[in-house]
Amino acid sequence: MMRIISTFFYTIGQGFRNLTRNRWYTLASIATIAACLFLLGTFYSIIVNFSNIVKTAEEGVSVTVFFKEGTTEEQILAFQAEIQNRTEVSKVEYVSAEAAWESFKTDYLGEYADGFTENPLQDSANLQIYMTDVSLQPSLVTYLESHQTLVREVRRSEITASTLSGMNKLIALISVGIILILLCVSVFLISNTVTIGISVRKSEITIAKYIGATDYFVRAPFVIEGILIGIIGSIIPLIVIYFLYSKVVTYITTHYSILSNLLTFLPVQHIYESLVPISVLIGVGIGFFGSAFTVRRHLGV
Amino acid sequence: MEKARRKRRRIPSDEIITLENVTKSYTTGSPALDGVSLHIKKGEFVFIVGDSGSGKSTLIKLLLRELTATEGEITVMGYNLNHIRHRKIPKFRRNLGIVFQDFRLLPDRNVYENVAFAQHIIQKPGSEIRRNVPKILATVGLAGKYKNKITQLSGGEQQRVALARALVNKPSILLADEPTGNLDPNTSWEIMKLLEKINENGTTIVMVTHNREIVNAMQKRVITMKKGVIVDDAEKGVYIDDEDY
Ligand SMILES: Nc1ncnc2c1ncn2[C@@H]1O[C@H](COP(=O)(O)OP(=O)(O)OP(=O)(O)O)[C@@H](O)[C@H]1O
Ligand SMILES: [Mg+2]
Repeated sequence: MMRIISTFFYTIGQGFRNLTRNRWYTLASIATIAACLFLLGTFYSIIVNFSNIVKTAEEGVSVTVFFKEGTTEEQILAFQAEIQNRTEVSKVEYVSAEAAWESFKTDYLGEYADGFTENPLQDSANLQIYMTDVSLQPSLVTYLESHQTLVREVRRSEITASTLSGMNKLIALISVGIILILLCVSVFLISNTVTIGISVRKSEITIAKYIGATDYFVRAPFVIEGILIGIIGSIIPLIVIYFLYSKVVTYITTHYSILSNLLTFLPVQHIYESLVPISVLIGVGIGFFGSAFTVRRHLGV
Repeated sequence: MEKARRKRRRIPSDEIITLENVTKSYTTGSPALDGVSLHIKKGEFVFIVGDSGSGKSTLIKLLLRELTATEGEITVMGYNLNHIRHRKIPKFRRNLGIVFQDFRLLPDRNVYENVAFAQHIIQKPGSEIRRNVPKILATVGLAGKYKNKITQLSGGEQQRVALARALVNKPSILLADEPTGNLDPNTSWEIMKLLEKINENGTTIVMVTHNREIVNAMQKRVITMKKGVIVDDAEKGVYIDDEDY
């Protein structure tokens, strides 16, 4: 047991020392992983924010149904219950003619509203329908319009459906593509740099084998070195993005204040809840597999 | 197959190195070793001499299982090197000490670390390493230089470090391929005295050399090789010139 612990710490120590033995090789590897994970983090922040914006926009998307003259409140409420049962519908709100008038008064008329004695929006009772999935809006509209005896008009939000969800998918697709390419590039570069490290230490490896080093003993320092490079290479971009993020958000919200009610940014802590484990896992993964495969291929041990 | 195995000579218990009809062919040219049979007992001191290209280094490489025999059987310390498993090779080598003409030290580490390296490889606990390394450095006369960088040492000192590294794991056999090849006569003699002392403590030594004076003065067993064949094997032998064969 003492032996195993002693060897374990020696191997870890050697892994750390390897970092300083080939400084340029180490720096190149760290820079590679850091650059990849910086891009990953940047894309990730953009995607998460964008899909959040899309989601908030989608949540605001609603279909409004107006009713024919003489439709009673009971009929409307019965229709509401029917709509509520549909899967694409998340919420249906009944807005009575009185409520519509009240909100119109406070929104647009203010003190001038006193001149009206009767509700000018007699026939404006409506149902406000919110959806679980905006892409299903067309079928809902068709369904609503088929109730010709009740329904006078169906008003839908035009910006939404196809545009937003299409954009969302496109951005996700592009970023997944870019990130995959970056990962391949960084695995390739890591394996290249480990190859250099192995050739630099070829004689050390040969000597170790002459003395009776096991495969584990020869491989482990390289693998630990790879993992350490991965950890350092993932922490650097995380720190950079952390500070950059709030700077960029502040910049956008102050310089493009017109957009500020459209663009709602997530707090950096929220993004980091997932970005930190993702980055560290990828960094360690690249470091581990990049070095493990290269060591296996080049050492013949 | 069974018959052939039964016919094979049983290896006496005091025999530590056995070669039976060993041939080693590289991909090109005539074989580097051609039907060599050799028996070395525990505790022997054996010189291997012969002109350049006669197969001395090839023999050493076969003994440490860097190479495998093309034909014939090699047994070292009870390990049949023809059939030893890859996993078992490290364990086998831990009982060998190896020294080369070009020292093969780790230039980025100091004297102490170079010797400790060998102990770490065989997974000695740190407390034992801190005890063993200074002891062996004192044996080879380098106690005062344990912190020196390898590049700051003379050739003789470097070979002492290599020797300390080979010996710190207390090997049963020391294989040395021209250990004095890069050293001046005085330094060579200092190394030889160390080897003699190690041999007296029970370690079997197989040493390849071109150094006539040393071979003649030491009065040990001398095996002479020529073109992959053993042409002479003499107890208390002398260095034989090429022209004599
Ligand atoms: N890796 C190799 N591939 C092909 N041929 C080789 C290889 N190594 C050695 N040889 C050949 O095998 C023969 C024996 O070589 P070896 O190195 O054993 O000689 P040696 O007795 O050690 O010579 P020296 O005294 O010069 O060190 C030589 O003819 C050499 O050219
Ligand atoms: Mg040679």
